[in-house]
Amino acid sequence: MARLPITKTPKVYVGGAFIRSESARVFPLRDAAGDFFANIPQCTRKDLRNAVEAAAKAGPGWAKRTAYNRGQILYRLAEMIEARAGEMAAAITLGGTTPSAAAREVAAAVDRLIYYAGWTDKYEQVLGNVNPVAAPYFNFTVTEPMGIIGVIAPDEAPLLALISLIAPAITSGNTVVALASTTQPYPAILLGEMLATSDLPGGVVNLLTGFRAEMIPTFATHTHLRAISAVVNAAERKALALGAAESVKRTILLKAEEKRDWFASALQGVDAIRDTVEFKTTWHPVGA
Amino acid sequence: MPTASVVKKSSRAPQRVANRVGRRAPELIFGDLWAFDPAPESADPKLKPRYDLFINGKFVAPKGGKYFDSINPANERKLTEIALAGPGDVDAAYAAAQRAADGVWGKMPGRERAKYLYRIARLLQDRAREFAVAETLDGGKPIKESRDFDVPMAAAHFFYHAGWADKLDYVAPGRRVAPLGVVGQVIPWNFPLLMCAWKLAPAIAMGNTVVLKPAETTSITALKLAEIIQDAGLPPGVVNFVTGAGDVGAAVLNHPTPAKIAFTGSTEVGKIIMRSLAGSDKKMTMELGGKAANIIFDDAPLDQAVEGIVNGIFFNQGHVCCAGSRLLVQEGIADKVLAKLKARIRTLRVGDPLDKNTDIGAINSRAQLTKIRALVAAGVKEGCAMFQPECALPPKGFYFRPTIFSGVSMSSRVAREEIFGPVLSILTFRTVDEAIEKANNTAYGLSAGVWTDKGSRILKLSTELKAGVVWANTYNKFDPASPFGGYKESGFGREGGRQGLLDYCKLI
Amino acid sequence: MLVRSPQAALQRLFDEVGSVDQIGIDERVAKYGTRSVKKSAKLWGLRTAVTMVDLTTLEGKDTPGKVASLCQKALRPHDDASIPPVAAVCVYPSMVRHARRALGNNSSVRIASVATAFPSGQAPLKTRLAEVKAAVADGADEIDMVINRGAFLAGEFGRVQDEISAVVTACGTATLKVILEVSELETYDSIRAASFLAMRVIRPGDFIKTSTGKTSLNATLGNNQVMLEAIRDFYLDTGVAIAMKPAGGIRTSKQALTFLIAVKETLGDAWLNNTRYRFGASSLLNDLLRQLEKEKTGAYQAPYYFSEAAESY
Repeated sequence: MARLPITKTPKVYVGGAFIRSESARVFPLRDAAGDFFANIPQCTRKDLRNAVEAAAKAGPGWAKRTAYNRGQILYRLAEMIEARAGEMAAAITLGGTTPSAAAREVAAAVDRLIYYAGWTDKYEQVLGNVNPVAAPYFNFTVTEPMGIIGVIAPDEAPLLALISLIAPAITSGNTVVALASTTQPYPAILLGEMLATSDLPGGVVNLLTGFRAEMIPTFATHTHLRAISAVVNAAERKALALGAAESVKRTILLKAEEKRDWFASALQGVDAIRDTVEFKTTWHPVGA
Repeated sequence: MPTASVVKKSSRAPQRVANRVGRRAPELIFGDLWAFDPAPESADPKLKPRYDLFINGKFVAPKGGKYFDSINPANERKLTEIALAGPGDVDAAYAAAQRAADGVWGKMPGRERAKYLYRIARLLQDRAREFAVAETLDGGKPIKESRDFDVPMAAAHFFYHAGWADKLDYVAPGRRVAPLGVVGQVIPWNFPLLMCAWKLAPAIAMGNTVVLKPAETTSITALKLAEIIQDAGLPPGVVNFVTGAGDVGAAVLNHPTPAKIAFTGSTEVGKIIMRSLAGSDKKMTMELGGKAANIIFDDAPLDQAVEGIVNGIFFNQGHVCCAGSRLLVQEGIADKVLAKLKARIRTLRVGDPLDKNTDIGAINSRAQLTKIRALVAAGVKEGCAMFQPECALPPKGFYFRPTIFSGVSMSSRVAREEIFGPVLSILTFRTVDEAIEKANNTAYGLSAGVWTDKGSRILKLSTELKAGVVWANTYNKFDPASPFGGYKESGFGREGGRQGLLDYCKLI
Repeated sequence: MLVRSPQAALQRLFDEVGSVDQIGIDERVAKYGTRSVKKSAKLWGLRTAVTMVDLTTLEGKDTPGKVASLCQKALRPHDDASIPPVAAVCVYPSMVRHARRALGNNSSVRIASVATAFPSGQAPLKTRLAEVKAAVADGADEIDMVINRGAFLAGEFGRVQDEISAVVTACGTATLKVILEVSELETYDSIRAASFLAMRVIRPGDFIKTSTGKTSLNATLGNNQVMLEAIRDFYLDTGVAIAMKPAGGIRTSKQALTFLIAVKETLGDAWLNNTRYRFGASSLLNDLLRQLEKEKTGAYQAPYYFSEAAESY
């Protein structure tokens, strides 16, 4: 008689721990054939709140890591995904993607992380500079992380899009609270496991699963989130922008209704890092 | 080998003690022995009796035919009258801007655009004194500031950004940039001409065209700049000025034409604008309020720190978004700093803004004066100790004495709310971490000051203070090459430097 | 074991008296230059500056005749009898008796003499003290001494102070002016520190003075400001009022008025007189006279209208 396999209970990765939703709610995830696959945590605004707390706790330490260290940790995360590439590709095929397309998405996601791993100790040299002011002062502009960034991933490219939004933010020392694809949440569940073994400190990336309609209002109004990086439709954009007004939050809102090729190299770059930093300018007199 | 240094502290140590217990403490006399005669700046501001809107390269009467008075806050007399723009005028301004963006300006090579900006800078330098007087009459700021800071800095902004117009490939590494098209801008009354230059120069250097609304109480120098823009031969429609109050500003910001909105003003209004633009695709730059901490450590060069405190809070009557309005002093030197500060404030001259010796001029408007008075009253009610020097104020006009509150707690209103006036709140701290905590304990994050002789401490603070500009052993310094802008609720986007240009372009 | 390097000693002294930011000082004094002094305020400033001049001749070619004519100029600077005399003449020790002869014993113009192996100070202390005593004996009312810069820069502060104390004693009733020679101290920090070292051993009413006038850089608004602030801090701490004398490089009325504005806004009214503030200068006096004459007549004046003018063109 065939052995009955042990199925994994999907949990979300928040504050370095694997948790169920505080609401104890789940929603069923079905595979491409329509068969039940697993129950996914249906996170709520309270889970978001807790995730923000976790991100806030992790933030100062992460921002203070050396750029070299952040680069190695991002590289380690890529190693962790690469090592379990088959498993991740299988998770992506749950959404109906062909195995070869899924494998390509995993490879692209790994490459994207490698790309940003290389940026950690270089973007500052490209984005910041010394300013030649017309007075006896040494004046320089550097970048600093904004703080906690809310990420809302699109439904498509459930791994690659999520990584594409998260990676630039953590490259520059921010911490992230991300809502995964609603229709294809399982790759994010797996990604959490890979994050847990990647040397990335707990709380730097917090992944939530659930329904956008339920979560977006809280993403919009939570004032501790300093920026929102999201792929969202017109109504969601308006809701997020309205909420952002209350605390002068930064918004980087890509239009969900526009097709975009997540594999394209144009979707990665130092500009994406720049969107997640603040510029700080310091003056000091030059004298003896 | 040098001999052991036995340094005499004082040959009169016993006498010093006697001084403390017996005689009155020594004091300095800042009196009238050598009183200065009035020294009014006499240059002609060349004001017209009436200013029309500036649309499509021409001064045009507002469609509604209405004008409002612009008064001198130093004596409440009418200076001129300014056109009141209506929605139709805003439409016309945007139509002109769109034509220029689609046509001549959008197509012009950067090196040619640059020449127009250079011309504007030069023409402004030519007429600097006239502009300085006009700025002081209109806004109440001391002539020495408009003459030595506002006007030359405005010219410098055009000159700096001119050079960028043909070097835009270097703005965003690895990417090419393109203008956004038409930009709508609304500026405040504290640095009328300078804010105008901050907004216009990067926008048009990048190839955008502009509809700008100056503040209601300070429109004159923008409209005088329009004369220079005409003299420079800038193509019609590249820069358009519409004047009026908040409703005109709202019409400029909510108009469908602009691809980008740039606003400098209060956080309160900034939030209203963000709400009203929610759901639009307009890019935004917000330069909003502040409540900056100016942190003095016990090893700081104290007299220069005091000078920095004075410059930080009394520059432009404290009408500065980045004013160092919260003074954080290390406990051990708090009394000493307060004493030095009081002595320094006694030598400040409050009065006629046109007098070359005036350090603190007139408050910009009656409304602002009322607001300052209310907040100062709140500070007194909360039990903070208030100090104001005894100085005579002119009988007419809007004036407020330089004011310091000591014994202020973090929860006091005067420590939390932006007063936008010559009012300083003094708080104390004990350790570096406490200083950082107190400095960052605000929704604002525009600027901060740090005074210490220890280099590594400066770098630690400049790293950990959540503020867009950190002045170390100095305060209130500005330069076109130096990016300016805030963290948190002080806004987003930068003005000045390479980073400032990024906010006026799209990546292609 | 306690390390006694000059640098460590200087650092301890800086820590004790506080540091100075160079750019901050330079920006502070730039503001004095923007003050606009007109009409009666200008007249008051110019006349007061005249009374503060230590009219100086310090040249190898000085003769009794030259000193005598300088004394005449000091007593009556210009044909206009309403112009007050200057504060003092300042001469080498060998010229003191000639100055005393020219001025008489009851003159309001005081005689200052640069003693202590001026300008270098590089003579044995005994020699320097003897020079001071000789100048006082010859009739000097004031002695302008130089500090031992070598000792200061080597961190031997005790020695610097002991030498000043010895000169104080040698002065007797004569007023002492302690020249720091700021250009050789180089930084504002050192100027402030040296000011304190001197002030702690001199008497109320004695002076600290910027320079000998014999080096490339003399009195500037910046080092004047550093010393005024040191005097202020010392006064507020001890109640002892020290006087100040910038010397060298102040040639124009505009400069002198700007220095006086620094005094007005740093030390206040009590220092706006010649017992508390002096200008060590030679050509300044005639420029003050030119400006006073211009204020009176409304016409700009040719330099050769004023006696002892260096310019003959």
